[in-house]
Amino acid sequence: MAFTEILGYGFIQRALVAGTLIAVLCSVLGVFLVLRRLSLIGDGLAHVTFGSVALALFLRVNPLFVTVAAIPLVLLSSLGILRLTDRARLYGDAAIGIVSSLGIASGVLLASVAGGFNIDLFSYLFGNILAVSTVDLLVAGALFLFVVLVVSLFYHDLFAITFDEELAESSGINTGAINTLLVLVTALSVVLAMKVVGIMLVSSLLIIPAVSALQVAHGFRSAILLSALFAAGAVVAGIFGSIALNLPAGASIVAANFLVLAAVFLCRKLRPHA
Amino acid sequence: MPLDLVTVEGLSFSYNAAQVLRDVSFRVGSGDYLGIVGPNGSGKSTLVKAVLGLVRPDGGKVTVFGAPPEQFREWHRVGYLPQRLKFFNPAFPATVEEIVRLGLLGGKRFPKRRSAGDDEAVERTLGYMGIAEIRRKLIGELSGGQQQRTLLARALVSEPQLLILDEPTTALDPETRENFYQLLHHINGEHGTTIVLVTHDTWSIGRYASRFLYVDKRIVFDGTFDAFCQSEEMTTFFGEHAQHAICHQH
Repeated sequence: MAFTEILGYGFIQRALVAGTLIAVLCSVLGVFLVLRRLSLIGDGLAHVTFGSVALALFLRVNPLFVTVAAIPLVLLSSLGILRLTDRARLYGDAAIGIVSSLGIASGVLLASVAGGFNIDLFSYLFGNILAVSTVDLLVAGALFLFVVLVVSLFYHDLFAITFDEELAESSGINTGAINTLLVLVTALSVVLAMKVVGIMLVSSLLIIPAVSALQVAHGFRSAILLSALFAAGAVVAGIFGSIALNLPAGASIVAANFLVLAAVFLCRKLRPHA
Repeated sequence: MPLDLVTVEGLSFSYNAAQVLRDVSFRVGSGDYLGIVGPNGSGKSTLVKAVLGLVRPDGGKVTVFGAPPEQFREWHRVGYLPQRLKFFNPAFPATVEEIVRLGLLGGKRFPKRRSAGDDEAVERTLGYMGIAEIRRKLIGELSGGQQQRTLLARALVSEPQLLILDEPTTALDPETRENFYQLLHHINGEHGTTIVLVTHDTWSIGRYASRFLYVDKRIVFDGTFDAFCQSEEMTTFFGEHAQHAICHQH
């Protein structure tokens, strides 16, 4: 099938647009998270999303709006991770582990209590970007604009905290508020990303493009721009690759991200040293 | 009467029931060059963090430019160089210029935007610190001395009236360390910047600081270095040999 013919299909157009928007905002947030060693927060929140989706289905929410319905619980869980890290003096990874386990267990328990759902809960595990609806696209667009606005307005504070939190605090930056903002927008992005690659692979959208960009970026701003570029490229390559090779789209996008990372590592190795 | 930039009255602080500071009181006046020394675990860094509002004391009162740290908003008037960056990542993708620019955030309100004045301040500071040629280098590509200069440039770019440094020369070789102290001396002497310097390097305190605070969970001594070295009270406290060693009489 010709390239232009594929692009004519509405579901492909929606997949490309939604996928690119979601991948870009995940990859931008990913730069901050990877540098602050919070990479696995995406994994943790994705597992909570599983529980949130199960709860939404249990409460008989319209399947078209399950993604939106999952948002409040995921937002609360992200705040829970922050609170556990601060107040209970847990290490960040332990807090993520606790919340993550609770999320998955809740989902499984709810599915068991409900005796199964009309919608296959486990389909949320691997996503289906080719089934993105117009509602999903509008939600993705709105959240993309929101996250871009937030990152843009708070860019300097986010950069300062990412470099060194104590130093940022000594400059009068309200690090508590900025950290809260970061985990909340991450939670929103994770819920959106579930549609693209599924709960199991969400963290890859946060981590891999950022790590690729950090190998070659010269400057913090360029790290963010490169991360977004790599993420967008991987979505396009992944979707077209999945169609050409008849493979699952979500996993293909992750594989494309990994290929970009491998290419970047290779380029670094082959680059002549100054 | 000139305003004291920092006042600390009856400050006490504990970590997990272990007393770190007890009833500490002192003032820092405009133009002072105050050295704070003491053994490991004496509470020097905690004292500095309490002044900056990074830790909340159990008791006592702290003011910065007349206001408690939690109410103080003009953080561009204070430059801070910490003991070490908490999780310093040598692969952090920020250039020297980007890091120096961070020092201007204290004077900005939401939404924080770059201004033409920022560019001039950064240019001036990069030149002053002798790091203009390496402005596009990543922080991880720099030597220890260059990193310290970059972080000091970040602390100075907002032209603070008060500069607080917590053991800034620990990782520096002797020559770089001496250059660093001479730079601080110049900043204090020529620009009138008040300096509070926490250090183990009593020798340098003796040569540069106008005042000297010996901290060991409380203020053991507050005065000039010469007075410390001649103090019979300090001879009794430290023992003659220890006092002599601290004073590095040459």
